[in-house]
Amino acid sequence: MSTAGIIFANLHDSYIPELTRQRSMGSIPFMCRYRLIDFALSNMVNSKIFNIGVIAHYNYYSLMDHIGTGKDWDLARRTGGVQILPPNVTAYAYNHELTYNTRLEALKNNIYNIDRMEDDLVLMCECDSIVNIDLRDIISRHTASGADMTIVTRRVPVTPQNAKRHIIFDSNRDGRITDIYINPTDITGNKDVSMNIIVIGRKLLGTLVHDAMTHNYTSFNRDIIGRNISNKNIMLYRWDGYYADILSFEDYFAVSMDIVSDPSHRDSLFSVKNRPIFTKVRNSPPTFYGDASEVRNSLIADGCKIEGTVENSILFRGVTVGRGAVVKNSILFQGAQVMDSAQLNCVVSDKNAVVRSRDVLSGCEIEPYYIPKGKLV
Amino acid sequence: MYTKKECVAMLLAGGQGSRLYTLTEKIAKPAVPFGGKYRIIDFTLSNCVNSGIDTVGVLTQYQPLVLNEYIGSGQPWDLDRTNGGAMVLPPYQGRHSDWYKGTANAIFQNMRFIDRYDPDYVLVLSGDHIYKMDYSKMLAYHKEKGADATIAVIDVPIEQASRFGIMNTEGDGKIYEFEEKPQKPKSTLASMGIYIFNKAKLFDYLIADDADPDSSKDFGKNIIPNMLRAGESMYAYPFSGYWKDVGTLQSLWEANMDLLGSNPQFDLTDRSWRIFSRNYARPPHYIGGNATVTNSIITEGCRIYGTVINSVLSKDVEVAPGAVVRDSVVMSGTVIKAGASVDYSIVDSDDVIGCGCVIGEPKTDGAKITLVGSELTLPDGLRIEPGSMINAEALAGLVKSE
Repeated sequence: MSTAGIIFANLHDSYIPELTRQRSMGSIPFMCRYRLIDFALSNMVNSKIFNIGVIAHYNYYSLMDHIGTGKDWDLARRTGGVQILPPNVTAYAYNHELTYNTRLEALKNNIYNIDRMEDDLVLMCECDSIVNIDLRDIISRHTASGADMTIVTRRVPVTPQNAKRHIIFDSNRDGRITDIYINPTDITGNKDVSMNIIVIGRKLLGTLVHDAMTHNYTSFNRDIIGRNISNKNIMLYRWDGYYADILSFEDYFAVSMDIVSDPSHRDSLFSVKNRPIFTKVRNSPPTFYGDASEVRNSLIADGCKIEGTVENSILFRGVTVGRGAVVKNSILFQGAQVMDSAQLNCVVSDKNAVVRSRDVLSGCEIEPYYIPKGKLV
Repeated sequence: MYTKKECVAMLLAGGQGSRLYTLTEKIAKPAVPFGGKYRIIDFTLSNCVNSGIDTVGVLTQYQPLVLNEYIGSGQPWDLDRTNGGAMVLPPYQGRHSDWYKGTANAIFQNMRFIDRYDPDYVLVLSGDHIYKMDYSKMLAYHKEKGADATIAVIDVPIEQASRFGIMNTEGDGKIYEFEEKPQKPKSTLASMGIYIFNKAKLFDYLIADDADPDSSKDFGKNIIPNMLRAGESMYAYPFSGYWKDVGTLQSLWEANMDLLGSNPQFDLTDRSWRIFSRNYARPPHYIGGNATVTNSIITEGCRIYGTVINSVLSKDVEVAPGAVVRDSVVMSGTVIKAGASVDYSIVDSDDVIGCGCVIGEPKTDGAKITLVGSELTLPDGLRIEPGSMINAEALAGLVKSE
């Protein structure tokens, strides 16, 4: 059984407008040196999926730069490897389908690629899932159960307040999905919610997408899963390891801070034996800590120069923190310069932001202060 | 199939570096880790690339596994070229070939590699120095002088001159005499072991040298003196700037320390002359809630819960709560457990330093440097005397006598 991977790089960009202004969801920087798509790509590679299409719709320059030839994930292959799939634009056809927004519309736009795949199975996932997961186990369970489709879920306590962010499934004792609730508002209790990781036969996927084109369906959850619940065998696969999804800027901040403060979460992402998270490697020198540096409970990338105080923070490559500067509860993307005696609390600074000497900037935990890319504050 | 290159570099990386003791027990000297993220050979390879030299033969012989693996396709240095690039050249069997019998013999056995690119010049380098040098300027000097061979030299203090090969030159830089480790040096221009030769001339001398049964097949001992004796046009190219032979534990430690400080003696952050190295996708390093880190460099994968002062840590080093690392170099994957202290030491890769171990002595005048070899597990509470060199056998002896 061979499995191809499909990763959706842009689906939920609009959830995090701050960070996706100039990039795709997949290329949002995360945890000092990664980008969100690294989890999806690494999970696939660690699970022997070496033929991967990344469906990108817009803002994909940073994504292409990040993935490059795919070499850093061992995906620079003569056969297969990783391929970015931008919208299928032709000069002569009616291109209304370019304006796709949903997963199903993206699949419809890429039907040519799906049709010419030679793999038996397709595994689809998104970039907003922070998880280190063994996909081989899901694939072998899918194959053994004879399912038409297997959806990875996790059990979470659902309340009317948070139900709206979930796709919720009911299932029978065998794990067969019996009902689907899409972003509901009236559900309470421990429920299986979708992680948007789906295994499906490649031919079946092609058939369903062609069918969706015929009927002008637009939603994978509603039209593919929902319409086929009784006539296709759709199984769930329950994951109980660490998982976080990022559906808003506040989520991004909270999930990042949680990973800094909880070593077990860090370990379940980055210290799993034989399942490393790969990323594009750069060539930064090591980080230098000055005489007066005071750093506590922080994750720090290479190439930084720290002369001040850093607490409960995440510093990406090449960040400088000047003398007397204090950075607390903040996330500083690549190349940020915090000049002498500046003070930051609950700040997310995008790439190459500059915070001038003696500036005092503060957001709060539920609403961090955001400094746009390259901005001088 | 091959297109012409003006200059091909031949990097001599087969040496053992026996004065580094157990550090080079399992790896060749050019592969010894340096500065947190590098290996010694990175500096020479980066110099080549930054100087526009894109064809580098790397001659390996002693303990080549790690070095070969590290160089790989040459991709980290942009040397994975379709035409040229980095090429590892190990000794091989053949009618006229054997183990490399000396530096000159190593190049002699690889003349066919050089000839593929039909170069006008051959740059001969060694992979055991820490420095930034623009070889293209040296090549321009070589061409300007119309030399047959040019040797890079650096001004050393007169009291150290007798440790080096010394070039005695005329006013215009022309070499009239070469003295290997002279008792009474006449000049302070020390050879850096960096040579540019006109290819045809080099080949003539290599072939003649190979036929000489009394030769030790060495550039410094045979090729250079022979060329001088024959009256070839040889020039000294003066280099100034940071240059450190890291052939001893003391100099290796010093060169690591030269990376520290707000304005370090050797600047790794210089964007105009980047030092490239093979990078790994390790997670960022973590500094714990009670950690103290000052005047140190730390890299990916480290976990610091204790104290690190004036030190250089490679990737994946863990310093447990209450452990102290001072004035030391710790290489990748080593774990320093709770309460242990490491002072004025070089600790090699993948060691476990047990709880409460005391390694070395505080750095003071007259203190002796301590070395702990790789892949050792030191039992809790073990004391390693200052100045000792610990490898597996020495450790077994120590543990037995405890």
